[in-house]
Amino acid sequence: MTQAQRLDSGGLIDRSKPLRFTFDGKPYTGYAGDTLASALLANGVRLLGRSFKYHRPRGLIAAGSEEPNALVQLEEGAYTEPNTRATSVELYDGLVATSQNRWPSLEFDVGAVNSALSRFLPAGFYYKTFMWPASMWMTYEKFIRKAAGLGVSPTEPDPDVYHSTYAHCDVLVIGAGPAGLAAAAAAATSDARVMLVDEQSVPGGATTGRTLSDAYTQWFEQSVSQLHNNDNVTFLPRTTLTGYFDYNYLTAVEKITDHLGPGRGADKPRQRFWKIRAKQVIIAAGSIERPLVFADNDRPGVMLANAVDTYINRYGVLPGNDIAVFTNNDSAYLTALNASANGAKVTMVDTRKSVNAGLTSACEDAGIKVFTGHAITSVQGAKGVSSVRIMPLSDDSKSVAGQAWEIKCQIVANSGGWTPSAHMFSQSGGKLRYDNAIHGFVPDMSKAKSINPNVSAGACNGSFSTAKCLQEGSQAGVAAAAACGYQSTPGALPAVEEDGLGGIEAMWLVPTVHPVGEGSAKHFHDFQNDVTAADIHLAAREGFLSVEHLKRYTTTGMATDQGKTSNLNALAIMADIRGAQIPEVGTTTFRPPFTPLTFGAIGGQESGELFIQERHTPMHGCHVQSGAVFEDVGDWKRPWYYPKAGEDMHAAVQRESLAVRQSVGMLDASTLGKIDIQGRDAAAFLEMIYTNNWKNLGVGRCRYGLMLNEHGMIFDDGVTTRLADDHFHMTTTTGGAARVLGWLEEWLQTEWPEMQVYCTSVTEQWAVAALNGPRARELLQSVTDIDCSAEAFPFMSMREGKVAGIPARVFRISFTGELAYEINVPARYGRQLWQALQQAGKAHSLCLYGTETMHVIRAEKGFIIVGQDTDGTVTPLDMDMDWIVSKTKPDFIGKRSFVRSDTNRQGRPQFVGLLTKDPQVVLPEGAHIVAEVKDAPPMKTLGHVTSSYMSPNAERSIALALLNNGLQRKGDTVTIRLMNGDVVDAIVTDPVFIDKEGVRVRG
Amino acid sequence: MFIIDCPYCGKRDQTEFSCHGEAHIARPTDTQNLTDEQWGEYVFFRSNTKGLHRERWVHTHGCRRWFNALRNTVTDEIFATYRVGEVPPGAAESQP
Repeated sequence: MTQAQRLDSGGLIDRSKPLRFTFDGKPYTGYAGDTLASALLANGVRLLGRSFKYHRPRGLIAAGSEEPNALVQLEEGAYTEPNTRATSVELYDGLVATSQNRWPSLEFDVGAVNSALSRFLPAGFYYKTFMWPASMWMTYEKFIRKAAGLGVSPTEPDPDVYHSTYAHCDVLVIGAGPAGLAAAAAAATSDARVMLVDEQSVPGGATTGRTLSDAYTQWFEQSVSQLHNNDNVTFLPRTTLTGYFDYNYLTAVEKITDHLGPGRGADKPRQRFWKIRAKQVIIAAGSIERPLVFADNDRPGVMLANAVDTYINRYGVLPGNDIAVFTNNDSAYLTALNASANGAKVTMVDTRKSVNAGLTSACEDAGIKVFTGHAITSVQGAKGVSSVRIMPLSDDSKSVAGQAWEIKCQIVANSGGWTPSAHMFSQSGGKLRYDNAIHGFVPDMSKAKSINPNVSAGACNGSFSTAKCLQEGSQAGVAAAAACGYQSTPGALPAVEEDGLGGIEAMWLVPTVHPVGEGSAKHFHDFQNDVTAADIHLAAREGFLSVEHLKRYTTTGMATDQGKTSNLNALAIMADIRGAQIPEVGTTTFRPPFTPLTFGAIGGQESGELFIQERHTPMHGCHVQSGAVFEDVGDWKRPWYYPKAGEDMHAAVQRESLAVRQSVGMLDASTLGKIDIQGRDAAAFLEMIYTNNWKNLGVGRCRYGLMLNEHGMIFDDGVTTRLADDHFHMTTTTGGAARVLGWLEEWLQTEWPEMQVYCTSVTEQWAVAALNGPRARELLQSVTDIDCSAEAFPFMSMREGKVAGIPARVFRISFTGELAYEINVPARYGRQLWQALQQAGKAHSLCLYGTETMHVIRAEKGFIIVGQDTDGTVTPLDMDMDWIVSKTKPDFIGKRSFVRSDTNRQGRPQFVGLLTKDPQVVLPEGAHIVAEVKDAPPMKTLGHVTSSYMSPNAERSIALALLNNGLQRKGDTVTIRLMNGDVVDAIVTDPVFIDKEGVRVRG
Repeated sequence: MFIIDCPYCGKRDQTEFSCHGEAHIARPTDTQNLTDEQWGEYVFFRSNTKGLHRERWVHTHGCRRWFNALRNTVTDEIFATYRVGEVPPGAAESQP
């Protein structure tokens, strides 16, 4: 077949540039300027897919992005993209497309049995059938997904490059049809910065390919060229406005190289995501034609009237040689005359009894037979329309009776009127108003959201004639520029003949010989979701009357087209059933995105290595050299463990843990949060922030502190050191560093602004090497001028001096319970310090250790990790840490909450140690201690394991837990029930497993 | 996505800020003498206003200063932003 439906002339295609493509493996040819849809239609291909639920054969309905049916899988392998609308895919040479939702083939589809079984697949079927029992959902799901899915996601990484960018403008114009062009042209005569975006490759909107008048053509060409040449104007074709957010923040996706084909974009990104702030927005998004809802109106070949026009005018394709035009309004007469003038045999079927005589006589002059007061009652041809049957409508248009006619045709061009594209206005927070003159919702400017200054112009405002579009657009452009403080001087607008909707009589549900829902015919209003008028009747019978319920129960208006062609028909049918007016039924919310967009575009350039920034300590390179395995802690990369040849993680951690307690280990502690706190009231401030006393802390001394929130719950901890009377060095957990700084600033600024305290994050200013173990002193002393003797440098104090020749602050603090020193040097010396200590450490059996060993050996001492052993619901008392809570301070943050009834009650979870009866069993963290073991959950839980390790120093497994009333239960045996059903007995103990007296740390 | 007029920096994108709920809730000074109800009122209860709402914002990714905003929670209009310690605009009329 060689483009049998292609006209000899006309259209914006280049017949000298043939392009080859395949659909379902079959080769075809189209022309440059085609879409995949127009090229398929030119080749006489009407069957493009199977429907979502009933697997009915489906073809093109539209010519634009509102297309609900013609979803195809584009390309293969890494470049494949599901659910692309054939109407929005510009043809390129070598394009490969396949149909979706059919198995094993488009022509023969097993799932079509669903259509025969459709009386067993009503709306709400899935809800009703698969609700119970819940456990069976897993079984049903895979079958449902296989049967009901649309396209297939790519399984390989996306080879394309994307970009995202911010833009600011005075006036943003959405749509480059007559209204949008006039608006942009008018605004651009001022000094306003204008952006004009349009989803099509060429401007013109609904007039693209049409010849309105010489004056219009001249105005159009001049306007487009002036906009392109104006430095104040950003004109983005192939760009769809996807979302409208508060304060005129809008997002758009620009398809930069999609039309060239995969991998042919050279150095350009495939798509660009625009995030636009506009002072004023002009919405000129046009309108979408509504289908009529008639019996079997989903047969391939039933199309929107304007789509037939577009295929003829823009693409030089006559969709069929015999065309029945079915309408309830005047606009489709232009289609009939156009198709007839291009060689089609056209029959006109109008549901209205009386029609403008000018239209009927024009049809008669063109040889078009016109049936007024008639309706299509059936459509023949399963895989493509072959004929329609029409019958006269009764006086009230609710039924049909009388002489039936059979009309042979391949295409039914139908129009139920036009729905203004109010998506963007609605997304901007504006409410819609029902306009009885056009039978559609239009923006209600009295209910616009004031933070989003916008105006709708042209068809999206219910003004369908080109003349009105031009006029409204130009006025909007002038007004928007003026609102930004710019004076425009718009040129004269061209004269055009009157066109547009003309007269219309509502016809929401076209009757047939059977009542809706009886007989085999289906009246589809939502093609993409396979929802019929009978489903709306069912929803109404079952009480799903509100539009929001109707939507969710029947799925009407969902999925990729978001009901562009279906929503109003659904509302109107429901209104009719309820005997209500359409505005009473209301509309659902229009949500972004307007059309589907790729995740690639949203992500822009922030993918791969740029997705999240990694934080490295100054010693990172040393760790890499030492063969460290890294762990993510926040954005930091921290050495997790340092395996030697042949060691797994367990072996490495056991070795490192032993070394710390037997000789000396070194940990990179640079990631710990560090905050420099200065000012007259610094000590008084810390008194409020921490639970313990700070005023009496001597200069050069360190103290451990717990921070609570006002609920009395622990939220961070760390050691803080007094550097001077008015100067402290605070440390926080690695993950809590930013949160704690924010917390301090909040209290200082909002509650105690009279306090003179200044907080500065110095986390990244200091590199920290922590030496832990009995040989830490001899190692440190070998490289420092500080006197490290126990007398001169006691536990919990800080000394300044030189370490390996580097100026350093050395803190004698310990997170291991061993003799320990944390050596802080300016970050730029971090690597030098680390290397010097590694070198010097050779004589002292120094062992590098990572975060896993740090976790094991702190647990041996029962030291908590905030966020692991606590979870935001435990107080210091729950953690058996009342030793750190001041009894004398009148107030600190969280103190009052200790005497609340809940924090005081018996039975709160409390912090304990657990020793399994079998010392080789390591409990899983998170395992629950249960009151009584049963075969299956639910079981009453008494608490859970928070930390659990194999401890080489205790020579057995150890665990920490939160256990209800745990402090009173030491010595009891408790039962832990694991996920796999195993049951483990453990004894409740003190959480300190090594050196209970704390001798080693003071050595 | 709001545009927020930081009293220190000027108009900036909402992504630079974080919101911390209702403003002008002073921490009680005599916490130990409060009843559980009074303390609970301070810790847990907020007005959840529909309409004009005074709320705390912080310019997290900017000057890191806290300030207050007067916002209509229905329309999201921000009528004013003002520094901590300043009298809220229209306080006399809009005081609940």
